[in-house]
Amino acid sequence: MTTKKSTTKSGAPARRRTAKPQQYKASNDELLEFYEQMLMIRRFEEKAGQMYGMGLIGGFCHLYIGQEAVVVGIQSALKKGDSVITGYREHGHMIVSGTDPKAVMAELTGRSGGCSKGKGGSMHMFDPENGFYGGHGIVGAQVSLGTGLAFAAKYRKTDNVSVAYFGDGAANQGQVYESFNMARIWNLPVIYIIENNQYAMGTSVSRSSSEVELYRRGESFRIPGKQVDGMNVLEVRAAMDEAVKHCREGNGPFVLEMKTYRYRGHSMSDPAKYRSKEEVQKMRAEHDAIDQVKQRILDAGFKDEAELKELDKKVKAIIADAATFAQESPEPNLSELYTDVLA
Amino acid sequence: MAIEITMPALSPTMEKGTLAKWLVKEGDTVESGDVIAEIETDKATMEVESIDDGTVAKILVAEGTDDVPVGELIAILAEEGEDVKDVDTSSSKPKAEKEEAPAPLPAPKEDPDQQETVFTGAATSSKDLRDPEVPEGTNMVKLTVREALRDAMAEEMRKDGDVFVMGEEVAEYQGAYKVTQGLLDEFGPERVIDTPITEHGFAGLGAGAAFTGLKPVIEFMTFNFAMQAIDHIINSAAKTRYMSGGLVQCPIVFRGPNGAASRVGAQHSQNYAAWYANVPGLKVIAPYDAADCKGLLKAAIQDPNPVVFLENELMYGESFEVPELDDYTLPIGKARIFREGADVTIVSYSITVGEALKAADMLAEEGINAEVIDLRTIRPLDLDTLIESVKKTNRCVIAEEGWPQCSVASDVSAQLMEQAFDWLDAPVTRVNSVDVPLPYANNLEKAAVVSAADIVKAAKAVCYAE
Repeated sequence: MTTKKSTTKSGAPARRRTAKPQQYKASNDELLEFYEQMLMIRRFEEKAGQMYGMGLIGGFCHLYIGQEAVVVGIQSALKKGDSVITGYREHGHMIVSGTDPKAVMAELTGRSGGCSKGKGGSMHMFDPENGFYGGHGIVGAQVSLGTGLAFAAKYRKTDNVSVAYFGDGAANQGQVYESFNMARIWNLPVIYIIENNQYAMGTSVSRSSSEVELYRRGESFRIPGKQVDGMNVLEVRAAMDEAVKHCREGNGPFVLEMKTYRYRGHSMSDPAKYRSKEEVQKMRAEHDAIDQVKQRILDAGFKDEAELKELDKKVKAIIADAATFAQESPEPNLSELYTDVLA
Repeated sequence: MAIEITMPALSPTMEKGTLAKWLVKEGDTVESGDVIAEIETDKATMEVESIDDGTVAKILVAEGTDDVPVGELIAILAEEGEDVKDVDTSSSKPKAEKEEAPAPLPAPKEDPDQQETVFTGAATSSKDLRDPEVPEGTNMVKLTVREALRDAMAEEMRKDGDVFVMGEEVAEYQGAYKVTQGLLDEFGPERVIDTPITEHGFAGLGAGAAFTGLKPVIEFMTFNFAMQAIDHIINSAAKTRYMSGGLVQCPIVFRGPNGAASRVGAQHSQNYAAWYANVPGLKVIAPYDAADCKGLLKAAIQDPNPVVFLENELMYGESFEVPELDDYTLPIGKARIFREGADVTIVSYSITVGEALKAADMLAEEGINAEVIDLRTIRPLDLDTLIESVKKTNRCVIAEEGWPQCSVASDVSAQLMEQAFDWLDAPVTRVNSVDVPLPYANNLEKAAVVSAADIVKAAKAVCYAE
């Protein structure tokens, strides 16, 4: 997870260089909050996986386990009025945006208590009050849409930013580059977060991408980019602080490539035969985002193992409540079939 | 409390599977995230992780067992601090039923009120919709369709700072077809925005801006190029309100010329009305004259929903009378009876309304009194007006510049058959463009598109007057 030198294949230097990744200096409270949020996502996703297995969740279900540090680090740098948009692997983004895990889990079970009244499902959740604009199932669509959110922020003359998350797979969609181009022409305040978990479903980055250093994908649009250890929440946060500052000051878009890893398959029905067990195990054992923060907390000594265990119990209880709510919430009334088509 | 582990569903369609292998044995301790078993589904071999910490107290289904139903109890974990021996496994018989699976949805037909609306989802009740009164003595001005469209945008932009216009050549060039002429001068480059040639991107950008409540007017140089952007029109603009349970809006207008122009070949000459009209969550408007263009474009910009507004290049330079009124806005979803008649109803929209009116003149010379209805809005469709007309004339011809299969004409025909069957004295007849890509040669192009003569022929046929 070290950052590679910013050179082209021919050895020429990249057009825009950014400072080397830094570590955010988190206070004890912040560190604990990062830990709790990441744990919340992981426990939520484990529960979602289990409930999928029990037939309580239908359709496609893409879990975020392994990638928690990305969304937790990014969102911690935002302020009210900023907007966020992503693809279909979004449960964690919803929770960290401030949506009640109950409403998220009930959306997964397709119940009336779900954040989209059960009409969106795992891939289509929204919380505009908290700045979260979905939840989009067409790979890459959120990049154009997120650029539009940034356009709106600039049109309204705010200093808000838009964060558009997408994966290494979406990074090969044409509209990503259409968006990069417009964002730079108009200097829109959009931060493109490439969550490079290294596999677009089953296709590795090296098989799908002529330029595998995805942080450089903005170079021909004169958009600065930075590669970040996406398993390290403090590095994520520090890089995001730099990008946010760049955007809020009116300098236009920024690309952050998060080198991350999903432990589970692409979706619940993916056996993930395209990578070795050893590879997954190595990431879990050596780079796990939650373990890293836990170790920092223990090293700093402001919480001990037993106290963290208590925190874990508290998180588990919240998730258990969410799971109960998601099963007890009634299915949507049949009249809901016809609502929300048009205003 | 012991933790029950059941046979998991590992795909949207899996009902049973083979418990291929246990990776733990009784007495082993497991942590959340540990792989405990391998299961073969109909598609693949999947690993199953424990989501709890504990000790394996009992394995209830041996490895190698085929056809284990989803939901069957396969193992029991003792929680931390719980003695494995205390875990009561006797009562935990393997259960075959998916007890915790949600009850199946009751079929919608159980609710008769809702059943009724199922087949008319795209239609609207137009009874309460009315064109605004044009007071006697109102000054009428002659405007081209082009000017009427420009005036509509300008008036809405003056009223509402959230409205902006974006597209290729809309600003400095003054519009590829001069529809946005003068807007840059009046509203400046922040609200009249030239884009790169990047339809997919700026349609998505517009939809994203609309999610926040801005009201973009996205111009496509022609709707042929909107094929590059159709994903955002349908998947992003039309569906987001529904998918979000009403939380996210998308008040956007996609506008531009649609259909054949003059000898521009097959790729620049397609009518997309039927494509967009197929999509719930969109409104689709295709007006004919200048007054309707103005009144309906204003309504489209004011509308809180995504609207596809289909213009016609050949009409841009045509002049019509437009009432000089403040805020002349027409209702979306209301057809216009252009000419009253008693013998046959001719339904059309957009440029073909002109051919329908010519056809009505020709029919009048032969003693056939045709009623001409301009749909104006394709979705929602004003079926009430059509049905009322057919009740009077008992005959209907639908004329449309566009291919016949799955066309607007096909749909109108089907709806009249379902809802006005008893009033029909002849089969509803479609008059469409010839079912080929539009040719370039002058004579072939003329032969491919709908003419007044084609409409006359069809009208006479349904009147049994050949």
